Amino acid sequence: MSANIAAAAKAAPSSDETPAISVKDLRKCFGDHEVLKGISLEAHKGDVISILGSSGSGKSTMLRCINLLETPDSGEVRVDGELIKMKRGRDGHQIPADIRQVERIRANLAMVFQSFNLWSHMTVLENLVAAPTHVLKRPRAECLEQAEALLKRVGIWERRNYYPPHMSGGQQQRAAIARALAMNPKVMLFDEPTSALDPELVGEVLRVMRSLAEEGRTMLVVTHEMGFARDVSSKVMFLHKGEVDSVGEPKEMFARPPTPQFKQFIANFNK
Amino acid sequence: MEFLSDLKDQVSTAYELLAAGWGVQLLWGIAWTLAVTVISMLIGAVLGSLVAAAKLSHRGGLRLIGESYTTVFRGEPELLIIYLFYYGGTQVLTGVARSTGSIGSTDILNMPSFLGGVLAVGIISGAYQAEVFRGSFLAIHRGELEAARAYGMSAWLRFRLVIMPQVLRLAVPGLGNVWQLTIKDSALISVTGVAELMLTANKAARSTHHSLLFYTLAGILYLVMTSVSTPIFDKAERYTSRSFTRPK
Repeated sequence: MSANIAAAAKAAPSSDETPAISVKDLRKCFGDHEVLKGISLEAHKGDVISILGSSGSGKSTMLRCINLLETPDSGEVRVDGELIKMKRGRDGHQIPADIRQVERIRANLAMVFQSFNLWSHMTVLENLVAAPTHVLKRPRAECLEQAEALLKRVGIWERRNYYPPHMSGGQQQRAAIARALAMNPKVMLFDEPTSALDPELVGEVLRVMRSLAEEGRTMLVVTHEMGFARDVSSKVMFLHKGEVDSVGEPKEMFARPPTPQFKQFIANFNK
Repeated sequence: MEFLSDLKDQVSTAYELLAAGWGVQLLWGIAWTLAVTVISMLIGAVLGSLVAAAKLSHRGGLRLIGESYTTVFRGEPELLIIYLFYYGGTQVLTGVARSTGSIGSTDILNMPSFLGGVLAVGIISGAYQAEVFRGSFLAIHRGELEAARAYGMSAWLRFRLVIMPQVLRLAVPGLGNVWQLTIKDSALISVTGVAELMLTANKAARSTHHSLLFYTLAGILYLVMTSVSTPIFDKAERYTSRSFTRPK
């Protein structure tokens, strides 16, 4: 019950505070196919927003537009109030106006990928210190110390000198989460973090994510884990065919699906 | 029995010839061959990585330049390229020097033979290395490059921390092949007068009339050079791919 109250408290942040992430009217086409048809989203500090949707609904694309791994065709993205500046490229498409700004902002938005994407030629420990030392230019000794602490936290400290290909998927994903945490990010972006894992390895990753949510991290989580969306997140956003179909408090959304599409979506999962 | 005594004669003649100075000359020849090969490989590495980058570029113009480079320098006979660089280079240098008045109107400014040779072999080596580097780059897991972008790395950092170490790792076996090709190509620059192994063997064969002996000897020495390099590259490959083999 107390978890519910905590979740409810997180769901109602003070409105005058600058949102950690604010996305307005995001649009993106791949060729003729319009993947995002004007998506807006606001995440405040401490929000854990689960982004649900069937495949092709645009949820991963939306997440990837936030850190500019995909360039949106139009719309704006603000991180901590700072607008990511865009300009028109030679072919008429939008491109980032200032790549340095994008790189600086990306360093604040650590991403966890479906296929882990750890750097395979570096040990786990090197994976954790590479970006903090080179991108954030923090002292190496300090980064190493933090990296070891993070690896202890996600339970793979004894694997610190392993190369990623020598570890299980669950261990790799926990290492990838530790790599994200090593950036001390303002917001963590999770792109289907458990979708590539064998079922018996999903639990260990979700446990780590749950503990991050509980310590008040701001997280955007594209996921198919209904349990996580319902029990851990402070807000659920359901995308359908490139549009926001519904947004709401998780318990409420799952108890009384606000739209037929969302009702259908969870019905398919309960089959 | 006659054959055996004949062979004995041959061996003693060979020993005498080698002791009379040809042995030392052949050793120098090996040194020059290795020098030509190493420097050509280095020139090729620089050119090869630039050409690979051009071939992988988003810009059509750069891609075309890269494609033309590898098509031309892999498609033409090596000897032709060497003649072109050496004699063509001499003609260009002479023309420039005459027009600026640095040499007289009948003088000739020769292309330095070592320079002309390593440039030609290096450019050919570069064409093969470009293909090796391009293949290695394409073999890098795309997600790892994406992660590097997502963590705020600049293009230079991505190159230094993620692309270059992995390209080198994946390129080692292919570079071993190019190294062998380049050793063999180095023999061709004997035509420009660099006293590497081929030219030395040639000189020895002609002036002593022991062609069979010196060409066989040179053949064995080339084989030693190419086969010694194989275990070295194998070792390098094991070292650089350690993250992909199970720890012991």
